[in-house]
Amino acid sequence: MLEKTGVPTKEQVMNEFPDISRINEGPVVVIECYKEIPCNPCTTACKFNAIHIGADINKRPEVTEEKCIGCGVCLSKCPGLAIMLVDGSKSDDYVHMTIPYEFYPLPEEGDIVEGLDRKGESLEKVKVLKVMNPKSYDRTPLIKLEVSRKYMYEFRNIRLEEK
Amino acid sequence: MINTDVAIVGGGPAGLCAAISAAESGAKVTLIERDGELGGQLVKQTHMFFGSEKQYASTRGIDIIDILLEKLEKNKENVTIMKNTTVLGRYEDGLITAMVDENKYLKIKPESLIVATGATEKFLGFPNNDLPGIYGAGAVQTLMNVYGVKPGDKVLMVGAGNIGLIVSYQLMQAGVKVEAIIDAAPKIGGYLVHASKIRRMGVPIYTSHTVKEAVGTDHLEKAVIWELDEKWQPIEGSEKEYDVDVMCVSVGLSPLNELLVMAGCKMQYVPELSGNVPLRNENYETTAENIFVAGDSCGVEEASSAMVEGYLTGLTAAAKIGKIHPEFEEKKADYIKQLDDLRSGPVGKHIRTGIEKIVRR
Repeated sequence: MLEKTGVPTKEQVMNEFPDISRINEGPVVVIECYKEIPCNPCTTACKFNAIHIGADINKRPEVTEEKCIGCGVCLSKCPGLAIMLVDGSKSDDYVHMTIPYEFYPLPEEGDIVEGLDRKGESLEKVKVLKVMNPKSYDRTPLIKLEVSRKYMYEFRNIRLEEK
Repeated sequence: MINTDVAIVGGGPAGLCAAISAAESGAKVTLIERDGELGGQLVKQTHMFFGSEKQYASTRGIDIIDILLEKLEKNKENVTIMKNTTVLGRYEDGLITAMVDENKYLKIKPESLIVATGATEKFLGFPNNDLPGIYGAGAVQTLMNVYGVKPGDKVLMVGAGNIGLIVSYQLMQAGVKVEAIIDAAPKIGGYLVHASKIRRMGVPIYTSHTVKEAVGTDHLEKAVIWELDEKWQPIEGSEKEYDVDVMCVSVGLSPLNELLVMAGCKMQYVPELSGNVPLRNENYETTAENIFVAGDSCGVEEASSAMVEGYLTGLTAAAKIGKIHPEFEEKKADYIKQLDDLRSGPVGKHIRTGIEKIVRR
């Protein structure tokens, strides 16, 4: 499936998500790096040793959820844009999700944008909570969004209305 | 005539790193580049690189050039850079000839020669493939990322290798609509993280599909694709049509190394390395003494490994003529380890198989 279409299966996605109890404690990374490739900047970026690849840089990253504080630094460093943050501590109805987004124009805080799944299909309108684009992110801005809890495992992208 | 210790043909990632490494070893280096700027394909790579810290992972290709040029600048007393200079031939006495600015001829006599001439794009045969609007991926990237010219409005991308996937993403960043990505192979060839990031923008990827024909009078107006069965034969009735003004063909690269053939280096066709490549030893020296090779010209791979090959070859080519870096052994071992690390996983398997066929110990 993934190797033919670029879309991971629900099972593959679920395997990368931490337990719901961890998600409800506060922000944590979800890394969707399904295939072994020679790459390890996520481990170099993490100051908390929460991401492990080891001496063989072809191995897939492993996350130690207790060590991840959800700072998001790895999101802008991943060349595959394969990392996002999920935070279920804010509400029973919504989760906060942070994704890398490299397209202009950037959304603005408070905007309502289209929330998309892994096929680019619409899920629901989502609210932009924060747009982070400091120099250290090196032109890979991060967008924090308010997403319905029921779409937590489907949501992966946004589309802005064409102006 | 110009006398130099090490002449390097090609100022892309491999050639730049070879120049740095040979100069740091104390050799006088002449770096020859046919384009007006150094950097080769790096000048178009707006995406972050993979690999690890030593290969500048997570840095964009366009910024890696600056890092390399700065390292070159630190060794400027040992480096002569010749831009707009095309090497034309290599003769039996070791002399190479070059043309500068398309009007002046030069003779260069190096003690050792490093060929880092890169690769050239393959193309695909289908009816009307010469219509304006049908480009190679390199041309599309050059138009967009070097000259800031939008190649068209709607694109069909042919090829789901890393280049096809990356260029699709860059087209979308430039505001161009990518209608679909197709690939004749049954599986996506590029990194799946690249595929997923385009797929979630809503662009479909069709594996086991190829181009049936291009349609248009004086430019591309329509592309017709069809599905392939398990034996790669087209399935009648499976045609799909796309109204596109651009078709971007990204079906792989071939090593570019005629200079080595001219110099009498033994060559071999190795499919895993994408074409005709020179036999070499672990120092990247070919069967012709003091002629070395680095980067895509000895096997098509990623820019990360081209850079490491360049560093290694600069080191060994300088050492061969007596310019030995004080930390030669440590550095050589480090570069070899980096290359092993980059190639040791499943995506490097074909490279390992290919190299096994050409390395002579």
